[in-house]
Amino acid sequence: MATPVRAALMITCLGDMFFPEVGVAMVRLLRGLGVEVEFPEGQTCCGMPLFNSGYHHDAALVAARTVKLFERAEHVVVPSGSCAWMVKTEYPGLLKHDPALRAAAESLARRTRELSQFLVEVLGVSRVDSPFEGRVTYHDSCHLLRGLGESASPRALLRGVPGVELVELPGADQCCGFGGSFSVRLPEVSSAILDRKLANVEATGARCLVACDAGCLMQMGGGLTRRGSTVRAVHLAQVLAGEVSR
Amino acid sequence: MSEGLLQTPFPERASAALKDTFLQEALTIATTKFIDLRKESFAGFPAGEALRDRARAIKEATLQHLDVHLERLADNVERLGGTVHWAATGEEAREIVLRLARDRGVRMAVKSKSMATEEIDLNEALEHAGITPVETDLGEYIIQLAHEKPSHIIAPAIHKTKGQVAELFSRELRQEFPADPEVLTAVARRVLREKFLQADMGITGANFAVAETGTVVLVTNEGNGRMVTSLPRIHVALMGIEKVIPSMSDLVVFLAILARSATGQKLSSYTTLVRGPRRTGELEGPEEFHLILLDNGRARQIASTLREALYCLRCGACLNVCPVYRQIGGHAYGYTYPGPIGILLTAMLKGNESVRELAHASSLCGACKDVCPVRIDIPRMLIELREHLDREKIAPWTERMMFRVFRRLLLSPAAFRFSARAGRWLQRPFVRAGRLRGLPLVFGKWTRTRDLPPVAARTFREQWKELR
Repeated sequence: MATPVRAALMITCLGDMFFPEVGVAMVRLLRGLGVEVEFPEGQTCCGMPLFNSGYHHDAALVAARTVKLFERAEHVVVPSGSCAWMVKTEYPGLLKHDPALRAAAESLARRTRELSQFLVEVLGVSRVDSPFEGRVTYHDSCHLLRGLGESASPRALLRGVPGVELVELPGADQCCGFGGSFSVRLPEVSSAILDRKLANVEATGARCLVACDAGCLMQMGGGLTRRGSTVRAVHLAQVLAGEVSR
Repeated sequence: MSEGLLQTPFPERASAALKDTFLQEALTIATTKFIDLRKESFAGFPAGEALRDRARAIKEATLQHLDVHLERLADNVERLGGTVHWAATGEEAREIVLRLARDRGVRMAVKSKSMATEEIDLNEALEHAGITPVETDLGEYIIQLAHEKPSHIIAPAIHKTKGQVAELFSRELRQEFPADPEVLTAVARRVLREKFLQADMGITGANFAVAETGTVVLVTNEGNGRMVTSLPRIHVALMGIEKVIPSMSDLVVFLAILARSATGQKLSSYTTLVRGPRRTGELEGPEEFHLILLDNGRARQIASTLREALYCLRCGACLNVCPVYRQIGGHAYGYTYPGPIGILLTAMLKGNESVRELAHASSLCGACKDVCPVRIDIPRMLIELREHLDREKIAPWTERMMFRVFRRLLLSPAAFRFSARAGRWLQRPFVRAGRLRGLPLVFGKWTRTRDLPPVAARTFREQWKELR
């Protein structure tokens, strides 16, 4: 028998604290596909909030810590495109002053993948055995789409679920207005951008709005419940694992 | 931009823009149209992507030897009978124009659209000296009539609806006009024809200046650039020093992508190539040609953080796709250059202190980088700019303190776990139907318009033991 694929879960700060159900769905999904899942318990956050606000020295300290924590992982799977982007594209530069750390960061960058990319590229998943049924629409999170150049994998996976009807979201590639600290630095602008997004979402008639980033889900989900919408914002993992309640 | 506007903090300026229904209508219509036209144009142009790379490479290489290219340009312009002026600052550039105008008895100057002249507040200086500047680009003409500033790099009156323009024309020209773009354009055309004939000086910017031939290139859609450069007896062109390109074959590369990025056109309606003043035997053209090369903070960025902003072609594509610009328009930014690239240019021209708030007027979504014809990595530069704000202690100390505390949390798993427990306890009074509402302090900025998920009853890490 072939040795199983081993993957360490990088749960992310938002995923750990606010969306543990996404992590649970991921674990079930990956195990169902024969992956041996690990969870390095010392992990906290990738440091992107520090980095994006310009606190690079601080972000580098966090990066160095994370690099060491995941040193032994064969694969690292992240449920958020933005955190995966941070690790893959920014860690090596942040740690460039220490050659050993930089090399470790480059290695981590190669081993790290956002969930949908991991499923498609590493596991070769195309059909997904999920009991989920209904019409969904998909929002491209900015860092997954423009940062990592990924728009096909999440859509392919959704189409791979027999009960899913995927309808394209008009302006799917446009920002939801989250942007980390941007959402509280300029809350009114952030909300105005969100309104535009949600109007498009509701026009699709989807029952679920799917995304691959905890930040976008926090923003769009928060907007949907506030306006009393029946549309639910869910993570791709929840649809694929069939863990979205009616 | 008027100092009065800048005294209002940026978030308030943005907030006012969000409440302006005319602005919202105008912005949505225009930016959506620009986005679609650009997309369509590049979709039918397979060579486009490679040309963008080529254009970027030309800009990069030109900046490496900017001094050489500028000297060459200056030599060739003078060989053609033109005069070249070097201006280190906006003030110097203004003085040069004013001196030329005074010495030559200029009373009226017609202008074609130029952001460089906006950058140095040339119109105000001319008016102050008793010289009447007349904007001849339709959009610029509209905002000059309205006593406003451009709110977009290529569409200066983008913030106005056609109804507003009709009202403005009716009031200023004392005659009733309908909200019909064709009628309004014909009106402007009639008024402006006379100005072209009366003016003593024509003032333009430059989209490009070709070093090997001494050619100043203007890209316009209304033909006014041609009139401005050929009818008045003096032509003054003002350009930022980064606009020089080495050769005519380079020009072809830029022309192929500039209009496509800006308006979705293959080429703009007019591409005007100016080489010095009228020569003996020629029937038209000015008697004098002056080229002003403006630094104004550019040269010191060649080897610095904002270097890539010097590649900018001023096409405005990044404004059209920017979710923030699309919501607040150009005026709320408060400076000559709005939008994502505008933040960088403002830092370049006015210093980092001036973008303390603006540096954060971006969700870093990356749409700007995607459409930039020369692929300027605007989000990355904004992040670097923010880094400078932190390092130079321009960012508020409260913010710097907060992020340092945050860093400590991230470096200690124990503290991180504790913060989840603390959050759960502190959030209790605010949980409504499984959501957080009405939170105090900075969190209130979120919950005013959006719910927040509560810290989970059991975090993932707390559930992992059973999952294992």
